[in-house]
This record gives sequence, structure tokens and C-alpha cells, in this order.
Amino acid sequence: MYKRILINRYVVALLFFVISAVVIIVTTINRSRSKHPDKFGIGRAAKPEEIAALDIDVRPDGKGLPAGTGRSAAGKLIYEAKCIACHGNGEKTETPLLGEALFLNEVPGAEGASNGVVASSEKAAFAKASSEVKASGNAKASSKGKASAKKSSGEKGDRSSKTIGTYWPYATTIFDYVRRAMPYNAPGSLSNQEVYDLTAYLLYRNHIISENTIVTEQSLPQIVMPSKKKFVEDDRKGGAELR
Amino acid sequence: MKEEGSEHNLFTARKISRRKWLLGGAATAAVVMVQTSLGKMVQAAVPESIVPPLTDSTSVKEALIVADPTKVPGRTPSVSGMPSPYEKVERLPTLTSSRTPLQDLYGTITPSALHFERHHGGIPDIDPAKYELVIHGMVDKPLVFSLADLKRFPSVTKTCFIECSGNYRSGKEEMSPQEICGLTSQSEWTGVMLSTLFREVGVRDKASWFLAEGGDASVMTRSIPVSKGWDDAMIAYAQNGEAVRPEQGYPARLLLPGWEGNTSVKWLRRIELSDAPFMTREETSKYTESVKGGMIRQFSFVMDARSIITFPSFPTQLERGWVEIRGIAWTGRGKIIRVEVSVDDGRSWVNAELQGPVLDKAHTAFRYLWKWEGKETEIMSRAIDETGYVQPSYQELAAARESKGGYHFNPVVRWRIPRSGKVVLST
Repeated sequence: MYKRILINRYVVALLFFVISAVVIIVTTINRSRSKHPDKFGIGRAAKPEEIAALDIDVRPDGKGLPAGTGRSAAGKLIYEAKCIACHGNGEKTETPLLGEALFLNEVPGAEGASNGVVASSEKAAFAKASSEVKASGNAKASSKGKASAKKSSGEKGDRSSKTIGTYWPYATTIFDYVRRAMPYNAPGSLSNQEVYDLTAYLLYRNHIISENTIVTEQSLPQIVMPSKKKFVEDDRKGGAELR
Repeated sequence: MKEEGSEHNLFTARKISRRKWLLGGAATAAVVMVQTSLGKMVQAAVPESIVPPLTDSTSVKEALIVADPTKVPGRTPSVSGMPSPYEKVERLPTLTSSRTPLQDLYGTITPSALHFERHHGGIPDIDPAKYELVIHGMVDKPLVFSLADLKRFPSVTKTCFIECSGNYRSGKEEMSPQEICGLTSQSEWTGVMLSTLFREVGVRDKASWFLAEGGDASVMTRSIPVSKGWDDAMIAYAQNGEAVRPEQGYPARLLLPGWEGNTSVKWLRRIELSDAPFMTREETSKYTESVKGGMIRQFSFVMDARSIITFPSFPTQLERGWVEIRGIAWTGRGKIIRVEVSVDDGRSWVNAELQGPVLDKAHTAFRYLWKWEGKETEIMSRAIDETGYVQPSYQELAAARESKGGYHFNPVVRWRIPRSGKVVLST
């Protein structure tokens, strides 16, 4: 009886030892085979001045905007010198523009704006804002919109109707994009002053601000763009529902 | 030269030299002298590309090739190969994009030279020795990585598609798959997981978005949720076994499997971690689409399931009898589980055979054997993915979106086969 118990104790101790050894070995192998170290120590520290030279983005809350003031009168001169060749002057043209229309002299009709993206209330708001609107303007813009929608979709669809006033949800995006990528033939060549003035001019031509409103790093993020309320986040989740 | 002299003897021809032969030429037709199996010289029209160009003063487009390749030794090995000069498979370029010839490809890998392009400021010329990727913002330790640094990290390889979200065109009968949806291509990409770099810089818990910025003339920027960076995002430096092509982001690009192509920022130079999206031009005024109720949908990253029959398609001249209907299907939400084909105007649908292994977020080849008796009909395919999503008809999609097209438009494509067998797009 006593002897039997003793043997069992030895067996249990041995088993315990073997199992522990196996666990330790397996863990060690696993670690050396597949576990990434948290850090590899590859790469060098980024210097603050290096980051500053690259970090040109501007967020809707104004983070990234340099101090400055923009005036549409000054922006008009820059626009006419550096932008008008590709983006036109708000007029309707037979030949497509090299760039896209950033503003239109005439208020786009509901159908003219990207398959009905601009709602009729928006249209009314624009009609109120612009003194240049004529009754015939809506009809013309509307028929043009139908033609472009029929043409075909894709990355070039409805170029003329997606202006800053009808489609851009944040004013800060104008500053960010113009500074980083425009003009097309000399990207990144504009000074902050030029970009501010152009931003003011583009907002004025889209009836967002008055001709004499000065744009600053404080006021630009405060501007509420007409299309902002129409932007919704993606709600597709896969599955049977079509959205 | 002695070697050229011996070459002449070998080819029993006067106007050919090894150098000229190896140089190749443009693929146009030329009338040349051809040696028949009996050793006689005859005139024949052949693609000029297989004829050595006459770089000397002669103006006569005439040279000698052999009619029986078993009777003369062939060309010697070279440093880099080219497709056969008899093959003329090309992208369809505009000023800002070029389209993959889906109807001319086999299997699911797009040859790197034929991968679609879409760029916003041209293709930059970047010296790999000077290339740097900066990661900063809401991180513990902002770091700069050289290309060599990126290659030192553990590498991963993934085969997946990249598709531009503006990839649906229609409007006329004479449209090939390339013209309808040629802005999708597939490669085997190799690089480092972005999550590895995130750990290296110590991305802070409060970071919810990151900005990806390209080093091209448009200094392309997109805001991406950090969760995608932890999930399956990669920094790719290789494509189909070689360095990423310049058009695809050389020397390194972001790769976000299954997401709209524009977010896989090419020529990646900077990543900034942030607690809010940046609302860049591309994610506000560009890659957004009109949806129900006059709204504009934003940050619609994932590409919905889609398929297209690539054979028979325009401009196929179909023969009566057995036809292997072939195509590709893909989804940004995982795997394709089924492709259904209809050969009777959409009245009934049958399962196509899928070519395995079916990969995640990847072009998947499908086939269906069909006997065309010569009756007019319309054929089409629809993809079903692992979430249960079924590729919609144009009418269904247009109704659900209250839109006629735009980004993320993925309707079933119908091919009309008239009695003549001249396949056209059903409009």
C-alpha cells in the first residue's frame, strides 16, 4: 500500500517535470521563430526641421495654417496670371477646360450639379447670393448638365458642375490643395501670401464671402461651406443590402 | 568584322547581322525575303518587329528571315526579355490614366507593364538612394526610413487587386472590357506591413487617422483610418517579383488591399498620425459619390464585389459551337464565393467554375462552358462575395443610389450577341 503510493508520487513528479520542460521548450522555439520584437531599431530619428519642411497639410480646424491675410482683389490678379488659362473665368465654354471650373458665373441648375447633388434649396441660396443670375441661366445650365450626365461616368464625369461653391465641404481644403499642387505647371511655387489671396478670391467668386472680406488663419476654418451638410460617411457594410 | 561575316554564312543571308537581329524593331508590317524550307528565298509580309532594322544607309525595308526555325539556330539569351513581337497587347492611355486590356489577359496577374495608371501630376523620377519615408505626428518617436531600411524589416507578400473607384463607363455598343472597367489590375506585392512601422514609431492610442502623402507633383494626400494601418496595410516596394514600376509608385507605395485605388498612395514620402481626417481635396471634392436623398457619400473606401465577362466580349467575333465564357470577379470585402452567369438575357443563372485558390481581395478567374447555337441573346455575370453581397444590375444600383454613375459604380455588364456573332455591349 505504502510502496504503491510512493511510486505514484514519483510518477506524478516525473510527469510534472516532463510537461514543464516541454512547455518551456515549445515557448522558446515559438518565440525565436515567429514573435516579432516590438521594435527593430531600424530607421533614424526625424529632425523637427525635416518634419516642418514636409508638413504642409492644413486640417479643417485650421491646424497647419500659417498666419496670414488674404484679399480677393489681390487674388484676382494672381488668378488671372496663373490660373485662368486652365480653369477659365466662370464662363461656359464649348471646348473642355484643361483644369476644372472652380466657379461658374451662372448658377448651376439642380440637374447640372452632379446628378442632382445640388438640391433645390441650395439652388435658391445661390440665386439669392448672386446678383448675376438670369432666368435663362438656369435652363442653360440644366440642359448642359443633362448632356454631361448622359456622356458617361467615371473620374471625368460632371466636371463643370462640381465647383468649390457646390461641392467642396471645407474652405481649408482650398488653401491646402492650392499650396501643395498648383499651378499645374509649377506645383508648390506659390507663396503663402499668394495662396491666401487666391483662397479669398475663389471663395468670393463662389459667393461664399463678399468681395471685401479678408480671410485669415482664424476666419478660414470658421467658414461654413454650402455643401458641407450634404456629406455623409460611408454606411455600406457588405451583405445583402445595396447602398 | 569576323563575327558578322560568320553570321552571314549561318543565315545564308546578306543583309542581316547579329546586332541588328537582336535590336528588334517596331511592330509594323514589312515585306521581306523569307527563306523557305527548301532554301529558296521568297517575299512575305511579316511584322517589322521581327525583322532587323536597317540602320545603315539603305532605304529599302527589306531583310531576310528564316521560314523554318528548325533549320537555323535561334537568338541567344539576353539581359532582359520582351513579349513576342507578334503580340500586341496594350494599355489605353489618356493624359492622366491608362487602362488594362482585361480582354487580352490570361489568369489573374496583370503584367506589370500593363497595370492601369491613374496619376494626378505625372510620374515622378525618384532616386531610390535619396528616397525617404517620414512617419510623424501622434507617435512616440518620429522616424525616417530609407528604402534599404524598409527592406530590412520582415517582409510580406500579398496578391491583390487595385481598382480605381471611378471605374465604370458605358454609353456605346463598341466598348471593350478595357474601356468599361480597365482601371483594375492585379499584382503580387511585396513589402513591409504598416503595422510593423507603426510599432517602430510607437503610434499613440489617441491616433485615429493618418495622412498618406506622395512625393509626386500633386503631392497626393489621403486620410486613412488607423485601423486599416493595423489591419492589412503594406508599404510595397516590389511588384510581381521586381521593383515597383515607376507608374505604380517606385520606389515605395502604400497598399491598402480592397480599398479604392487612390488611397494606395504612390511614391509615398510621409505618413502623419492624427486624431481627425485632413479633408484633402481628393477625399472631399473628388473621390466621393452622390447617393440617395441628394447626399454625397464620403470615405467610401471598400470596393464592392464586381465581375465582368472578358470573353466573349467586344470586339470578339463569336463562332457557333462550344464557347468557354471567361471572366474575372473581385471584391474588396474578402473572397468571392460564387459567380453566376446568365446566357439567356438574365432570365436564369448558373454557377460558373471558380479557378482556385480563391484569394482574399483578389481578382478571381471564372469559367462557364456554353454551346452557342447562333440565337441572339445577352450574356452576363454577377459576383457574390463572402459577406453575401450580390453584384447589382444597373437598374438596381441606379435606384438604390438615385444616381446614374460616378464613383463606386459596379453594375452587371451585359454583352449582346446578335446572330452575326459580333459581340457588343448591351446599352
